[in-house]
Amino acid sequence: MAHPATQPAAHTEHQEHPIKLYLVVWGLLFVLSLFSYMVDYIGLHGYLRWSLILLFMILKAGLIVAIFMHMAWERLALIYAILLPPVLVLVFVALMVSESHYVLLSRMTFFGTGP
Amino acid sequence: MTDVVETETRISQPRPDGLRGFASDWASDQRTFKNVSWGKAMMWIFLLSDTFVFGCFLLAYMSARMSTTVPWPNPSEVFALNIGGTEVPLILIAIMTFVLISSSGTMAMAVNFGYRRDRRKTALLMLLTALFGATFVGMQAFEWTKLISEGVRPWGNPWGAPQFGSTFFMITGFHGTHVTIGVIFLLIIARKVWRGDFDTEKRGFFTSRKGHYEIVEITGLYWHFVDLVWVFIFAFFYLW
Repeated sequence: MAHPATQPAAHTEHQEHPIKLYLVVWGLLFVLSLFSYMVDYIGLHGYLRWSLILLFMILKAGLIVAIFMHMAWERLALIYAILLPPVLVLVFVALMVSESHYVLLSRMTFFGTGP
Repeated sequence: MTDVVETETRISQPRPDGLRGFASDWASDQRTFKNVSWGKAMMWIFLLSDTFVFGCFLLAYMSARMSTTVPWPNPSEVFALNIGGTEVPLILIAIMTFVLISSSGTMAMAVNFGYRRDRRKTALLMLLTALFGATFVGMQAFEWTKLISEGVRPWGNPWGAPQFGSTFFMITGFHGTHVTIGVIFLLIIARKVWRGDFDTEKRGFFTSRKGHYEIVEITGLYWHFVDLVWVFIFAFFYLW
């Protein structure tokens, strides 16, 4: 924005994609959403259900970030700055899983209510 | 008001790609994001911080669900709708998902037409996106009304663990707020596109900086993020 004369030129290098690309991704997202809905509709359970939910979720998130948000055409400096920090949330997940087990154990031990 | 003059934002020799480029971009003394304007970089950084907000909500939900000694209500049954005498599981949520994905599709095309400087198509696609977003919020209001009338409260519900209500209202409420803000944001920018502000580089009322079609892409980033968050909420809250 500080250099208006050169601004449009600086962005044409990666913003001109055919509309067809967006329609294809749109279609893929529809199909993936349908699949994840079918997981519930068919009534799958256990590890098969959870792994399928995660698989479709990651594929959808990847398509949205890479194509719709144009991350696939950015430089690595931006990709790493934005996509690596959320990975650290997984450490937080591990901490809270351990903490939740402890809370559950305490509740069962001291309040005498089994699950 | 004059624009800020930046020192050396363009390098004469070609920039290296890959990891070498990553290292040289970050090691350079000046701006790190070489071909990204500050408006876009700051939207990305805002979205990163918002990722942590929603990450914490989903983590709180995970901890509550893992540590409760009372069974968690089955979302498949809680969110079922009675259509023609049969209970269809999660159908409203599925339709909401499709509506939001469609809005993302129209937004992506709006960004594309924005860079082609097609004023009319950009504005119309943004308005269509806003319409999908408003539909989504309307369906969410219907869902809340239905659950509240069935007795779901932040402190309890008829089917099991009391934390179900508080996490449901917290997570979907925050997401719905984001969608609502996005719809307002879209309408403001669509009006500017329609009026031709970005063709004449009219200065903004608040920032007094020249307007560019890039703002359509920045609005799009926010909108796709709202869709992205829904992907995770759909997977973890409704399907798990």
